[in-house]
Amino acid sequence: MEIKILGTGCAKCKSLEKAAREAVEKTGVDAVVTKVEDIMQIMNYGVMTTPALVIDDEVVMTGKVTSVDEIVSLLKK
Amino acid sequence: MFVFLRTTNAKTMNKMRQNRNEKKSVVYALQASLGMHNEQMRKRGGLMLAVATVLPLLVALYHFLPGLVDSFTYDLIKLQPESHLGEAINFFFYDTIKILILLFLISSLMGVVNAYFPVDRLRVYLTTKKLYGLEYFFASFFGAVTPFCSCSSIPLFIGFVKGGIPLGVTFAYLITSPLVNEVAVAMFLGLFGVKATLIYAGSGILMGMLGGFVLGKLKLDKYLSDWVREVQANAMIENEKWEGEKTPFIDRLPIIIKDGWDIVRKVLLYVIIGIAIGAAMHGYVPENFFTEFLAADKWYAVPLAVILAVPMYANAAGIVPVIQVFVAKGVPLGTAIAFMMAVVGLSLPEATLLTKVMKWKLIGIFFGVITLFIIVLGYLFNLIL
Repeated sequence: MEIKILGTGCAKCKSLEKAAREAVEKTGVDAVVTKVEDIMQIMNYGVMTTPALVIDDEVVMTGKVTSVDEIVSLLKK
Repeated sequence: MFVFLRTTNAKTMNKMRQNRNEKKSVVYALQASLGMHNEQMRKRGGLMLAVATVLPLLVALYHFLPGLVDSFTYDLIKLQPESHLGEAINFFFYDTIKILILLFLISSLMGVVNAYFPVDRLRVYLTTKKLYGLEYFFASFFGAVTPFCSCSSIPLFIGFVKGGIPLGVTFAYLITSPLVNEVAVAMFLGLFGVKATLIYAGSGILMGMLGGFVLGKLKLDKYLSDWVREVQANAMIENEKWEGEKTPFIDRLPIIIKDGWDIVRKVLLYVIIGIAIGAAMHGYVPENFFTEFLAADKWYAVPLAVILAVPMYANAAGIVPVIQVFVAKGVPLGTAIAFMMAVVGLSLPEATLLTKVMKWKLIGIFFGVITLFIIVLGYLFNLIL
């Protein structure tokens, strides 16, 4: 599984990245978490608000930081 | 025939077994979800209880704050109410606590608005409907209710351009976004009162509208960065369906409150420093000290204040307490508001952020037009306030 965090490097993006990593650890799924900071790449996903969470090239959440539990449930889908 | 019956029998048996299995798994799932439900319910109940106790406590603290701080400074640590030191210390504690309460409440409130503000729907709305100028208001208002941060502003700017929204409307958003933010509003509310806050926020939104309109008329699209122009050329009206927020409010609240608290924590130091400087000036700087340069009857006061302020980069938390002292010492409110707007609305970090999407020339024009508008606004306020 591929998880990407889209964000230009603000505090919120960092906390989302942290939450995503925790969620991966919690569920034990085999996933790579990467951060996308380049604005042009971010725009390719068509998101208007960052931070955004992308799982396997599908934008699942934008514009907010979610709890670890919520990401866990997104991962299980 | 018999064989057929047997097979059907076996089939039904199989089906029944399957059914039973399904039922079992349904029961398990139900139990699991009920268990989760219980835990969730407990969490929600706890949260509601916490909000129901903390909120009135904060309001009560806010209400009784002057008395509390008075008894703290004058009775407990025995400072003289008439002394400069006593006055300054009292002022410091009162303002700091008051502003932190306001900041926390307003940040959380804005967080709620933000969580439910349908950005995508707004974009579709702006591109598909004919709004006869009202689009400037929507974009500007939107800028006011969203926090300004590199996380949101640039992606939104591109998102607007990509959706084929005119550059002027996008600028309306970009002007108001840093100008009217939760920190500025909380500080204004705490130090200047409701009326000045409304004037500040209202004129901020108005300025976004007017500035956006004027910049839109100047046909500046050619000064956007090349890649943004490419995006603009491929702009299409997206009619994507707007997906409503499905997470229930009560479950989003903890994160909203945490975000609100994070904002308070982040500016805490600036608030304290700003108010400490303000308190020191309040107690020690004589009346009419600043009026020598910035009084209402000096025609150059407003432009001087604004031009001094543009390169200055201070966040609202640090600068408003100092401005409040300016006003208390005789500087007119219009000049003060203009100064404040120039400090928070236009800054070097913002300019560097914008270089990602536009050429320096456009940033120059953008800053120039806004500076001019702020100066006009300052004169206007000094005339009517």
